[in-house]
Amino acid sequence: MAELIIISTLNGVLYGMLLFLMASGLTLIFSMMGVLNFAHASFYMLGAFLGYQISKWAGFVPALFLAPLIAGGCGALVERFGLRTAHKHGHVAELLFTFGLAFVLEEVIQIIWGKLAVDYRVPPLLDFSAFTVYATNYPAYKTFMLLFSIAIFVGLILMLTKTRTGLIIQASLTHPHMVAMLGHNVPRVFMLVFGLGTALAAIAGVIAGPALVTQSNMAALLGPILFVVVVVGGLGSLSGAFVASLLIGLLQTFAIAADWSLARIFGQYFQPASGTILNDIWTVTVAQVGPLLPYLLLVLVLIFRPTGLMGTRDT
Amino acid sequence: MTSAVELRGLEKRFGKTGIIRGVNLDVRPSERHAVIGPNGAGKSTLFNLISGRLVPSAGSIHLRGENITGLRPYEINRRGLSRSFQVTNIFPRLSVWENVRCAVLWSMGYKYSFWRNVDKLDDVRERTQQILEQINLIDRRQLPAGVLTYAEQRALEIGVTIAGGADIILLDEPTAGMSRSEAEHAVSLIRRISEGRTLIIIEHDMGVVFDLADRISVLVYGQIIATDQPAKIKANPMVQQAYLGATAA
Amino acid sequence: MSGPTTTMLPSANRTSIGARIRSYSLWIGAGIVLLILPVVFPSGTAHTTMCLMAIMIVFALSYNLLLGQTGMLSFGHAVYYGMAAFVTAHAMNWVVRNGAPIPLPLIPLVGGLAGLFFGIVFGSVSTKRGGTAFAMISLGLAELVASSSLVLRSFFGGDEGISTNRTKLLTMFGWDFGPQIQVYYLIAAWCLLCMILMYAITRTPLGRMCNAVRENPERVEFVGYNPQTVRFIAFSFAGLFAGIAGSLAAINFELATSGDVGIGRSGVVLLAAYIGGVGFFVGPILGAILVTLLSLRLSDVSEIWQLYFGLLFIGMIIFSPGGLSGLLMRHAPLWRGPLGIRLAGFGKLLLSYLIALIPALVMIAGAVLLVEMVHHVAQKTAEGPTMHFLRQNAWTIDTRSYTPWIAGIVMTIGGFYLFRMTWPIIERAWNDAAAQTRRGAV
Repeated sequence: MAELIIISTLNGVLYGMLLFLMASGLTLIFSMMGVLNFAHASFYMLGAFLGYQISKWAGFVPALFLAPLIAGGCGALVERFGLRTAHKHGHVAELLFTFGLAFVLEEVIQIIWGKLAVDYRVPPLLDFSAFTVYATNYPAYKTFMLLFSIAIFVGLILMLTKTRTGLIIQASLTHPHMVAMLGHNVPRVFMLVFGLGTALAAIAGVIAGPALVTQSNMAALLGPILFVVVVVGGLGSLSGAFVASLLIGLLQTFAIAADWSLARIFGQYFQPASGTILNDIWTVTVAQVGPLLPYLLLVLVLIFRPTGLMGTRDT
Repeated sequence: MTSAVELRGLEKRFGKTGIIRGVNLDVRPSERHAVIGPNGAGKSTLFNLISGRLVPSAGSIHLRGENITGLRPYEINRRGLSRSFQVTNIFPRLSVWENVRCAVLWSMGYKYSFWRNVDKLDDVRERTQQILEQINLIDRRQLPAGVLTYAEQRALEIGVTIAGGADIILLDEPTAGMSRSEAEHAVSLIRRISEGRTLIIIEHDMGVVFDLADRISVLVYGQIIATDQPAKIKANPMVQQAYLGATAA
Repeated sequence: MSGPTTTMLPSANRTSIGARIRSYSLWIGAGIVLLILPVVFPSGTAHTTMCLMAIMIVFALSYNLLLGQTGMLSFGHAVYYGMAAFVTAHAMNWVVRNGAPIPLPLIPLVGGLAGLFFGIVFGSVSTKRGGTAFAMISLGLAELVASSSLVLRSFFGGDEGISTNRTKLLTMFGWDFGPQIQVYYLIAAWCLLCMILMYAITRTPLGRMCNAVRENPERVEFVGYNPQTVRFIAFSFAGLFAGIAGSLAAINFELATSGDVGIGRSGVVLLAAYIGGVGFFVGPILGAILVTLLSLRLSDVSEIWQLYFGLLFIGMIIFSPGGLSGLLMRHAPLWRGPLGIRLAGFGKLLLSYLIALIPALVMIAGAVLLVEMVHHVAQKTAEGPTMHFLRQNAWTIDTRSYTPWIAGIVMTIGGFYLFRMTWPIIERAWNDAAAQTRRGAV
């Protein structure tokens, strides 16, 4: 039992970290440009597939650096030539543009890599067991994922607070007009931030690919969860996104591990007739309901506390 | 005699910053009451509080004796108070006709009706026509409101404000940005539409104020320092120091 | 300033018989078109296509009650469509099981009521907020419902869905609605009814205030309306009509599956409404027809048709956010003045479009060639390196040789530059037509 809890916690934190890698980019983009990037999870997926392909040709380490660069570059181009024009046509147009982009990216990936999962394996260098918890081996690769994510964050925080570009980005987050009047090329900053955000998502994809299934439905599976994270955490709040990522990562991981249902606990007292809705609800396990929980959380938060856990901006 | 609008100890803070810091005001029915003061005094905030756009931090607001503190703007509007905006706040892609008609519908009792053809409602059509003629935009009625000139949009702003037949009207700097002749037209329009109604008007143009107002209140740093007839306000030394300057016309 | 004038304005209530006939003639015309369509296109596939189009029209129009009319962007509209489909399938099975004397043509009422019910229930929580929050709630609700379809197997029928049989209900005038043509007339009749009703709603006080809420929800509050209530009522109506569409779908396919409530279906109706144009009532109708045609026909031409679909959508957003109907209506100011001038101006404009079309087609052909070749090389290695076009033609392209690749690149880039060069021609034709209308309209 303790083993299950420890492993689930480790996995939950790991999942949360991955979510935060993506949510941080999404939050940066939203804070600065006011648009919720529907295609964010698609860049995650792009990163995974690029990571797979580059790993095949040149190895995992080059993939780790090249894939995010390429994906981020694509992101910057998308911002420059697509989003900027859509922005002129209003808020709805921007949102729909990113929606269409997600669709197109998924199609492009299917064209090149097909609809089935690709064989993106853990690199042999990291394919061993790092430590054991009671009777279970915890893979080194997952430990690497955790450490690498943390390293990225530290780098991100340093970049934002210590470098000149980082300070300009921070300023543009809240006062884009003022920054423009001080002589900085704000559209270029926007392009940079969009590229950075999508590159972060791509990094998450590169390292998550071997651990999870790398398939063309990755974005569709993870995309909505990502929105839950940023909304629950509070749109525009990085710390809120952090808390929400961990929360949802742990929630989902524990839910999948739990196997109890109402029937399990109360089955001896009450048994609804089979084939009815009541019976469905009675017998469903928490594991089966797992995928539902984040959306339930999303709807509840949006109704009762629309600014999220730590947000300052109303959606 | 119950005042049309009464403010008691009204306060509004944003965080720690107090914008309205204890305002007591008594607007009499059918009077034309001007609110003047330097920039940043809180005049628009006062209107926002009275019309329900903002909720007071303390104090109360009374409409014909009824406490309306905390009510939503539409609840206040349905009780007969209507306001215009300093920054034109109309429906840009709807036609001029549509803009006014939308403001007429509730007061005529049609509410959320989805079973009546709005083009066949004679009373709505007549009132819309009447308002458009009053604000002199009847010939521009088919145009989208967004393509009107600035002065025409300000006139439309007033039209949308009065279309519902409210008898307490708040106008927020209605002549801002207008030329002398445009402002003169606006003032005669305002004088006409406020006949028999209560008017509270925020203005910077002293000519307009002294011409139009029955009484003037001076708002400085979130507090009213004087409320009186125009001549006495002009002569008031505190007002001169705070706002008008010693050589006021 | 003088008092109110006494002359009546053209928008007055004086509807003569002639004016009345003119406003109804559009609907009568639509009815006639729907009536004779299956005669003009008698094949079975044509009938099926028309059924699908009619269903999509109702669905897309219901969506536009939200987006185009009230400014509410929903990513989960298929919930009401799908839930109504399931309720309809269950209802039809119940009617058949119990021999209830309810004929098939009345069944879409059940769907409408189901759509209305869920619209009210979900709408009461979703419409508290507007803008992005509303869009997010709609997405969350849609995912919730889609996820529950795996859990509530008794209602959603698991993977196989809920099937039903439309021929087993009470027959009407000897029709058991087995043949597709009979189903078509049922669907077409409901489609016409829904179109008329939804149009009528836009002409009511509610409909006008929906537009006002779309334009400036804050000002709406200051003229006495609660924008939340307006949104809620619009949402409920949108659910009602989406429910009718879902019901018609259940009747048509005799099946309701979890795909009917899914994000995919919500995406399609969004695409259809937007591509057609959300600013005009007829927009979603155009979009529904186009999208149905494309999704049926394009898949025969190319395996990767969904990519072209998505690119069309993105192209529409960037170049013509008003959609097809917006594009067409931009020509409206040119359609003025005496008939001769109108035709002359339009003639020149159309000619300039045709001239521009040629390099544009070359460019598109080149791009499509490249994309298809990439797809072939990447995915169809089992078929060998040669591509075959069109089953009858023996067109083959050897992807190993350089020629098709170079041809593709040249066509795309060259076509683009030539296309760019035709833009001034279009501009000139447009300016000429506009100037002529100004002169002629005096």
